[in-house]
Amino acid sequence: MLELRNLSYEVDDESGSKEIIRDLNLVIEDKKFVVITGPNGGGKSTLARLIAGVAKPTSGQIILDGEDITEKSITERAKMGIGFAFQQPVRFKGIRVIDLLRIAAGKQLSISQACNYLSEVGLCARDYIEREVNASLSGGELKRIEIATIMARKNKLAVFDEPEAGIDLWSFQNLIRIFEKMRDENKDSSIVIISHQERILNIADEIVVIADGRITDRGPADKVLPKLLGTDAAVDACARLQ
Amino acid sequence: MPKVQLDEIQRRLIREIADLHDIPVGAYNFRANSKLAGRNTTANIDITSKEDKSGIDIHVKAGTKNESVHIPVVISDTGINETVYNDFYIGENADVLIVAGCGIDNCGSQNSEHDGVHRFFLEKGAKVRYVEKHYGSGEGTGKRILNPVTECYLEEGAVMEMEMEQIKGVDSTERSTIAKLKKDARLVVKERLMTHGQQKALSIYRVDLDEEGATADVVSRSVARDTSYQKFDARITGNAPCSGHTECDSIIMDEGRILAVPSLEANDVDAALVHEAAIGKIAGEQLVKLMTLGLTEAEAEEQIINGFLR
Repeated sequence: MLELRNLSYEVDDESGSKEIIRDLNLVIEDKKFVVITGPNGGGKSTLARLIAGVAKPTSGQIILDGEDITEKSITERAKMGIGFAFQQPVRFKGIRVIDLLRIAAGKQLSISQACNYLSEVGLCARDYIEREVNASLSGGELKRIEIATIMARKNKLAVFDEPEAGIDLWSFQNLIRIFEKMRDENKDSSIVIISHQERILNIADEIVVIADGRITDRGPADKVLPKLLGTDAAVDACARLQ
Repeated sequence: MPKVQLDEIQRRLIREIADLHDIPVGAYNFRANSKLAGRNTTANIDITSKEDKSGIDIHVKAGTKNESVHIPVVISDTGINETVYNDFYIGENADVLIVAGCGIDNCGSQNSEHDGVHRFFLEKGAKVRYVEKHYGSGEGTGKRILNPVTECYLEEGAVMEMEMEQIKGVDSTERSTIAKLKKDARLVVKERLMTHGQQKALSIYRVDLDEEGATADVVSRSVARDTSYQKFDARITGNAPCSGHTECDSIIMDEGRILAVPSLEANDVDAALVHEAAIGKIAGEQLVKLMTLGLTEAEAEEQIINGFLR
């Protein structure tokens, strides 16, 4: 279980300091599939970065299974079972897909084990396993490899920051299927997805709406989603193309 | 022919520079502490010692396929200073692998230096894959110095692929490579370099594309750590309708310094030449990504460098 207590995050800008997250309280229960949505600039991605340890809160606490992890490093949190999929996957010169999956798994994965993770995200493993994770891969391919690395980690809590960002419509349809499958087969871990996509919101156990650094609504999908339809917190796939 | 006689240090050096765990199949010439330590020739590949100076002539018969030549050099005594001249004559349409390399273990206080001058003469349609690794070890205060000179002369349709690697332990190196290419000949160079401590490495390429259809691709990836210094200076000259590309991509760390000087000279309106150079530190987001996969910052750095120099 992940608990955020009175979490705040401020940054300095020209006009002094600006609060991105304001005294936020949230509990993510075990085995839940939670989608966080809300208007752009509302603090969603910052929240994901605070959970992974990529950003440090100005005040407040982050508790994982009863342990205060606020001061823990990115590495320590990863070792405790927090996974984080970047909104913009990182490219590397020379590091291959198999290398990244092995690092993620923390052990010497066999080729066939690594291929299983790639098949899970709809990539023909044979074509990808030896490829470098560099600019020769498309946005959709990189995104799926990013998701495969999270799967290889066996996390307690996996956070996906806007998995739909930067991919084409065709890849998006496949992505939805991956998350549907992940939700149906999820037995042990909690999954948190930052997303505006109606189809992802639709499969959530719980929706959390964040605007202006605060939670403005939360609850089961069938209660919260109808209120979001027609706003930019819940858009259909084609809206991304406009 | 003497049997190969090597001690433990020399065997370790051979493993580092040639990935050899045993005596290779095919032709070879082992040189240890300035002396011949073993040689083998085959029906198609002959190796003879030069008479006027130190070094060997390697003759590969026309049409030879799938054969290899290993010519490792190891130095485990301190204070050795040698220049060796090796000439390779590759017959028409032959296709061979040549593995060279030099390993120096210097435990003493005097400098050890090996300067290898390699000349390659590739006849029409000949193909060579040339792999050269440099490695240094030893706790002594004496410096480990390697200054290789490589000259390549490619006749029509000849192909030369060179892989040069120097990852560890060489204090000072000045590498100079020149190549002259005739019609439809092709040169591909892949250089991998890492310097640390106070090491200094200079890498100079002069490639002349003299006839129509000649192509060259010279790519260097390097990492400069601590207070080391590197200079990459590659010039491709196009004297005919040809195409050339040179690229230097470097990671700089600590107080390392790198000077990249890629240059092009076109003396024909149909010469298509491109150069690229980039120097930068490891991107922060790359470190963060690997840390979210459970690596420490130091482990992440190591993975990024290992990948970059692959």
